[in-house]
Amino acid sequence: MKNKLLGSAALAAVMAFGLPAVAQSPIKIGFVSTFSGPQAAIGEDMRRSVELAKEHLGGKMGGKPFEIIYEDDQFKPDVGKARSEKLVQQDKVNFIGGYIWSNVLLASYKPVVDEGDTILISANAGPSQIAGELCNKNFFSTSWQNDQTPMAMGEYLNTKGVKSLYLVGPNYAAGKDMLAGVKRTYKGKIVSEDFTKWPDQLDFSAELTKIAAAKPDGIFIFYPGAHGVQFVKQWAQSGLNKTVPLYQVFSIDAITLPQQGDLALGTLGAQEWVNDLPNEANKKYVADFKKKHGVYPSYYGAQSYDAIMLMASAAEALKGDLSNKDKVRAEMKKANFKSVRGDFKFGNNNFPIENFYIQETVKDPQGMMTVKTIATAVKDAVDPFAAKCPMK
Amino acid sequence: MEYLLLQVLNGVQLGLLMFLLAAGLTLTLGIMDLVNLAHGSLYMMGAYIAWTLIGLTDSFVLGALLALPAIFLLGVAVEIVVIRKLYARDHLTQVLATFGLILFFNELVRALWGPAGKSIAVPGFLNRTIEILPGVPYPAYRFAIIVVGALVAILLAWLVARTRLGMLIRAGASNRRMIGALGVNIELLFSLVFGLGAVFAGLAGLMSAPIASVRIGMGDDILILALVIIVIGGIGSIKGAFIAAMVVGQIDIVGRAFLPDILKTFMSSSAASGAAPAISQVMVYVLMAVVLVWRPTGLFGQRT
Repeated sequence: MKNKLLGSAALAAVMAFGLPAVAQSPIKIGFVSTFSGPQAAIGEDMRRSVELAKEHLGGKMGGKPFEIIYEDDQFKPDVGKARSEKLVQQDKVNFIGGYIWSNVLLASYKPVVDEGDTILISANAGPSQIAGELCNKNFFSTSWQNDQTPMAMGEYLNTKGVKSLYLVGPNYAAGKDMLAGVKRTYKGKIVSEDFTKWPDQLDFSAELTKIAAAKPDGIFIFYPGAHGVQFVKQWAQSGLNKTVPLYQVFSIDAITLPQQGDLALGTLGAQEWVNDLPNEANKKYVADFKKKHGVYPSYYGAQSYDAIMLMASAAEALKGDLSNKDKVRAEMKKANFKSVRGDFKFGNNNFPIENFYIQETVKDPQGMMTVKTIATAVKDAVDPFAAKCPMK
Repeated sequence: MEYLLLQVLNGVQLGLLMFLLAAGLTLTLGIMDLVNLAHGSLYMMGAYIAWTLIGLTDSFVLGALLALPAIFLLGVAVEIVVIRKLYARDHLTQVLATFGLILFFNELVRALWGPAGKSIAVPGFLNRTIEILPGVPYPAYRFAIIVVGALVAILLAWLVARTRLGMLIRAGASNRRMIGALGVNIELLFSLVFGLGAVFAGLAGLMSAPIASVRIGMGDDILILALVIIVIGGIGSIKGAFIAAMVVGQIDIVGRAFLPDILKTFMSSSAASGAAPAISQVMVYVLMAVVLVWRPTGLFGQRT
């Protein structure tokens, strides 16, 4: 009797103090991006979207509070790797999101996904290796595989009847994927393919002079962030904007447009998310972002917002209990949340199967530079490396 | 042929911008025996100050002209507050202190102007192309950089060769202690030289701003190339800096414009376009190594 009493007292004590303590141990999320140096504006856009997602979730996932630990990769693969290892080993985070740069993600990838306890969600970078032979059950993407966006652009150029194209991009993992991507689908003539030094080359006079001499029907570029600003400005100053149209991926967006200004008007690009996509989640995200910061969000931000929402969807389904990793992965694979790009499915390699749109650079009624959707380039696109991934 | 001419002009334009940056660096290193890693920060400050002044005056030319004395004052202030204490120290201390200045200026800019880059529009009257030969267009703004760069080079050559200040600068470059002993106010001379170097760096920064963008750390990448140029040209030699900058400008353009086509004659097309930027990136350093083996003090350096 005495024992029984003690037992129930202990049970009561556990119920009174023990369980709430477990329930309150917060979910930890690491977020790796570039918060210093020339590309810091991209990281800032992602951070704003992550904070907005946190606000929309009321600071809780599956009833549990969550905290976000931001780490700066300084735009360097070795720093990104060290920061990621710190998040896994020291902070013991449940999820790591972020990663703008393919070379940073490739360096950080193994130490995170091989650890087994942390799930990595790329909110931007999508190197071909990770979609193919290096695919891993601990990796998810809320963006795309690098080749896909330029492939969508290539398809559109075919329908538009652009006969010849000059390709220019930076000499690193993503640059190579992007130029290879447009070549996969574009059926016209590739006049030339130039790679420039990355990240230190910011002057494109030699390349633009070559383009002027080659007289192609169009230029295709991939220059993210600050580099996109330079290329577009120099393209316009060289007078080529009057003779050779510019087609781009990831080079003209909400982050670069304030600096590119009118020079970018009328240029076309491909993207899986545009700020005017007509779904409720997107309307709420874009309106609240604009209200808070006075500017449009970019796809970097949209993908980061989705990354947090994806984590939240798994936590909701499991009532905040993330201890069983198999269950967490299975819930994430369902992509059971309202994505700002509209609903999508995950492929066998955990990359989204999604639509890509063509966007045009315009001025909104208030005179602010932005992009708007003008066409759907491809529907439910599967990336070309999915078949190389051994996962089912 | 026209194509070749345009690419050479591109190289000249790049070389002149580099010369403006290298001139100040070679003066401070040659005359003051000071390793100044923060020279790139003055380049960045030139661009940011010009951005503010152009916004206030609503005129590119006026804003740029006002920015130059502002940069001069900034340079003199930095010299008095920080640099002056470093002359008696060894080079390692100077490297550490001026590296600290880089961090300081980058954070200062972040605090004052924010993390996002700024943009300076090309002035209206230069926002077009001009025909340098009939039927051969070239961006007017880039041509203006060549003109301004060449004028500054001539001005600097005159200043160094024909004026009293130039005489003191040359004397300082060959024997600092002696001109001090002869009663020259070394402190004032050093402040002036440092301020002058800052003006050239700031001018390069503000002129490159409309082509590139104004951003944090914009001077850090280009500083390394400027250091290579003054090593090739010979430390302390304006003439050497000019010639080395021109050579480096041309090498850079050749590497980007012609190397892929040359490589394609014996490599696969994709291998060539991948290898070309890597090779052109190291060509400048190969040149530096060759020059140093041949003339350890650089092309026009003081023999010791």
